[in-house]
Amino acid sequence: MTDPVLQTIGLNKSFGALKACQDVTLDLRQGEVHALIGPNGAGKSTLIQQIAGGLRPDTGRVMLAGEDVTGLGTAARAQRGLARTFQISALAMEDTVLQNAMLGALGVGKSPYRFLRPVFADNDLIDIAIAALERVGLASSAATRAGELSHGQRRQLEVAIALTLAPKAFVMDEPMAGLGASGSKSMTTLLAGLRAEAPILLVEHDMDAVFALADRISVLVYGQIIATGTVNDIRRDPDVRSAYLGDTA
Amino acid sequence: MTREAVLNSAVLMGLFIFPLWAWVVDEPFLITLATKTVILALAGVGLNIALGMGGLVSLGHAAFFGIGGYAMGVLASHAQSYDPILQSPILIEGTRSMPIIWLVAILTSGLAALAIGALSLRTSGVYFIMITLAFGQMLFFFAISWPAYGGEDGLSIYVRSEFPGLNTLDPIQFYAIAYVILAGVLLFAFRLRQSPFGLALNAARQSASRVMTVGMSPYRLQLVAFTLSGMITGLAGALFADLNRFVSPTMFSWQTSGEIMVFIIIGGVGRLFGPVIGAVLFVILEHVLGGISDYWLIYLGVLLLFIVLFARGGVIGTLVGRQASHD
Repeated sequence: MTDPVLQTIGLNKSFGALKACQDVTLDLRQGEVHALIGPNGAGKSTLIQQIAGGLRPDTGRVMLAGEDVTGLGTAARAQRGLARTFQISALAMEDTVLQNAMLGALGVGKSPYRFLRPVFADNDLIDIAIAALERVGLASSAATRAGELSHGQRRQLEVAIALTLAPKAFVMDEPMAGLGASGSKSMTTLLAGLRAEAPILLVEHDMDAVFALADRISVLVYGQIIATGTVNDIRRDPDVRSAYLGDTA
Repeated sequence: MTREAVLNSAVLMGLFIFPLWAWVVDEPFLITLATKTVILALAGVGLNIALGMGGLVSLGHAAFFGIGGYAMGVLASHAQSYDPILQSPILIEGTRSMPIIWLVAILTSGLAALAIGALSLRTSGVYFIMITLAFGQMLFFFAISWPAYGGEDGLSIYVRSEFPGLNTLDPIQFYAIAYVILAGVLLFAFRLRQSPFGLALNAARQSASRVMTVGMSPYRLQLVAFTLSGMITGLAGALFADLNRFVSPTMFSWQTSGEIMVFIIIGGVGRLFGPVIGAVLFVILEHVLGGISDYWLIYLGVLLLFIVLFARGGVIGTLVGRQASHD
């Protein structure tokens, strides 16, 4: 087994008396989709934030490609290859789809501190952006403003921007949220194809998508991981059934 | 050409033709008025980089306007008294040379903007407005209590600074200098919007977390924008001081910051020519209404209220529609 691309080691985070994250250790290996599931309030968002750099853990470490990134901020982690998508789309809504997609390559590959040449004269940047848009099926909407996109298209754009980072790992926060059945299906197909590029840590409520995509699943309840395993392991796990699946299935 | 581009060209042409006409009919006062307009517009173009592109509502840009003004005042006053600014360890003398004054104004206001921005940008929203206001007021009271350069009374300069090859005391020639600078800075602002930096800054205004997740620091982008913005407003301050041949702490006052912001709101926030059109209207209103009543600012207030309530895109937004602002 090769070293994990992304790893958390003994993460703890409390807000006052609330332990949002207790000794969370999980890893993301090359080529896999690792789904993180759990009921509302289980601490998934807190965990994602600690992985992406928005929150500092009280104790524990976050490792990215063998490097300890615990002390680094969001931007520095992104530069080291961590591509995150948001549950609620964070896009420059007044800008076009293409402009949004160009941001990724600007932040990671090229410098944004260039003041006089038009950004649209930078063909490398445009090529990277267009390639990513084609990948998610948004190339024909390149000139549309992000604010005018449908909800599903915004999700696709989020993924496209993540792709432009040429990341080592994806961290996706509910990419299916708010998508209809068909939208969810096409997003599942898209994500299935991405895992060859970089492994995906997938936080998701849509169980169909999770079972279709995940190579491994971790279940988070009250800030603790109660089980990690393959889809079948998790389906059979009695703790998981009572804590989580039992309620819905 | 978009409608906005047509409007912009018309404004630029108008600012070219009007003073020429005033020169032909021998109305130097109108030329001076036009010069004031152009210089105030320049200050606004500076603020608009922070406000329009960066979304940074700075109520402290008078600080940079004042620093630019005092850069001119201090250098020129030492030149006119033949008293060096510093004798040891190195000799620094005053100067009447505009290019040197401009350079000093840009550098000092840029450094001030870097320092003020570095602290203020740790906050946002109302706190950012308040902290920039506080820095502006600090410099205001500092200027008042600095007797070496006139304190509260300000500092008179008897002769306008010099520009090689031109007679700067001739109103039309001084106007030409200000106009060329404004045009150059507008060109810079235009290119800045379309540059990679412009794209990133624009995105940082709309979604800081988006910019962070692609590996850029919104703080750093905004700090660079704030510094560029302060430099341009500082340059405008130096020209303004040379126009009046007088600098006083008023340049640092929060009313000055407010006025510069008013130009932008009247003309259109985030529009390249917003501050230019705003400054033109402001000076016209000041001149026309000011002749009718000492309390002309009431009418300005009504106009501003009307624009904020009914015409959010300012004059440009009303004339050309809201669509074309970020192309």
